Amino acid sequence: MRRLFVYSALASALLSAPSFAATAYISNEKDNSISVIDVATQTVTATLPVGKRPRGLLLSSDNTLLYICASDSDTVQVMDLATRQIIKQLPSGADPEQFALHPNDRWLYISNEDDSLVTVVDTQDSKVLAQVDVGVEPEGMAVSPDGKWAINTSETTNMVHWIDTATQTLVDSTLVDQRPRHVEFNKDGSQLWASAEIGGTVSVIDVASRSIIKTLKFQIKGVHPDKVQPVGVKLTRDGKYAFVALGPANHIAVVDAKTFEVLDYLLVGRRVWHMAFTPDEKTLLATNGISGDVSVVDVDSLKVTKSIKVGRYPWGVVVTP
Amino acid sequence: MNAYWQCLCGIVIREWLRFVLQRTRFLSALVRPLLWLLVFAAGFRAALGIAIIAPYDTYITYETYIVPGLACMILLFNGMQGSLSMVYDREMGSMRVLLTSPLPRAFLLASKLLATALISLLQVYAFLAIAWVYGVQPPAWGLLAALPALLLVAVLLSAMGLLLSNGIRQLENFAGVMNFVIFPLFFLSSALYPLWKMRESSQWLYWLCALNPFSHAVELVRFALYERFNGLAMGVCLVLTVIFSVLAVISFNPQHAAVRRPS
Repeated sequence: MRRLFVYSALASALLSAPSFAATAYISNEKDNSISVIDVATQTVTATLPVGKRPRGLLLSSDNTLLYICASDSDTVQVMDLATRQIIKQLPSGADPEQFALHPNDRWLYISNEDDSLVTVVDTQDSKVLAQVDVGVEPEGMAVSPDGKWAINTSETTNMVHWIDTATQTLVDSTLVDQRPRHVEFNKDGSQLWASAEIGGTVSVIDVASRSIIKTLKFQIKGVHPDKVQPVGVKLTRDGKYAFVALGPANHIAVVDAKTFEVLDYLLVGRRVWHMAFTPDEKTLLATNGISGDVSVVDVDSLKVTKSIKVGRYPWGVVVTP
Repeated sequence: MNAYWQCLCGIVIREWLRFVLQRTRFLSALVRPLLWLLVFAAGFRAALGIAIIAPYDTYITYETYIVPGLACMILLFNGMQGSLSMVYDREMGSMRVLLTSPLPRAFLLASKLLATALISLLQVYAFLAIAWVYGVQPPAWGLLAALPALLLVAVLLSAMGLLLSNGIRQLENFAGVMNFVIFPLFFLSSALYPLWKMRESSQWLYWLCALNPFSHAVELVRFALYERFNGLAMGVCLVLTVIFSVLAVISFNPQHAAVRRPS
């Protein structure tokens, strides 16, 4: 019997083929710390103290630096992942929440929630390049793969703002549903996906015409529609799937990124917000704020395989190879 | 040895024939857990997930939680129904025909237990197949790992049924068995709700549930279905199976019915 268990454990380990050697970093909003997860063993290997109320996380393109929005410290911290020491603090403006890094690996676009501003910082000389006025309560940030557009969402104005990176000026805005939280470009930069937390929708925007081509709605059997609050969005590089974290609905929606059809809803922990793929995109990690854990999704089988306890109110997540 | 084998095969085939011929029995054995799964669990539905407890690695729906308990419910009812058929057999005589066999009585009864258990397993896997289609999908290897656990639980509950049937004097008493044995065993267990939830409402109800052998049976199956081994549950089930079997054989009295026969 025991041998049977050993065999079956071995077989399932081989079949599920975890993403080897990847390391995930999770910001714990209430613990002022970063949890480090070894994805292969699915365990927390370290907890690193950082600034106050860490939320948005980003990696430099060579995966050596971790940028951390320390919201209540009003700064963006830069951690050297080799030594796990904070090596720099960037002038982010007040209350940075989300940010995005330009493909040139220098310009960091930071949303300042309280000041209706987007601050552009040069990460190398730690200087503020520009501040762009946007709508009220800016939050989501993304930069197009070609580096041409920086996108910001404003939660109260309900708009997606288009910032031309050549001039660092706002050139256009697209109205979306209530409380847009997060934006994500597809791989070739032709589409922009924007989630609306109160509206309960995700708008797919054609980048060339800057107009909405599809509005996705979600409905989970047995869950009140008010609880369906889309926040995080992640798209696979192969253009097959989009994953949408539905907040207090405790589910991640799996969307066919070609037909825009919702394929399935995956049960995760309480108030799921942000997600990240492992580099091979075989695994998706999602932060569950209220239950204080990270759910692991196997992308091939579309099944949640595990939930790993981290600190209090995990918010952002990034994964290095 | 050959005689023993022949005898065992005979008994298993007889149970198999009865199972095949009484299709309503098979259906009723399936309808009961399916009602719980498709109706009760739907009404109770925790679409937002229930807290993580061993052996689960992540959040699960209520449907997922109750499937191992419902599998054990099939075994519980079958074990008790087996005991009913023992009473029937004793009164109608087919059991006495069996007992005229020169083989030891203990072997005959053990064969009967095993035969009932094997038939029960078919029903459990039929139920698990339907649950799978419904969306409750434990790991494939877990379904295999659960086989020995289910067999042990089936034998345990059949032995318990046999022991009880030795004390039953009349067929009609099965309703009493339902009320005084099956329902308390089932409801005072971890089949329908995690025990920590029970603990929140009442400490002594929690202890009744924790001491209930059926809880251990359910947990053994639950862990095995998710490729885990629960040593405590395994130990409790093994020890109780041996105790109940021995007691059942000792207390078995084929004269029972004859005494009461109107002369």
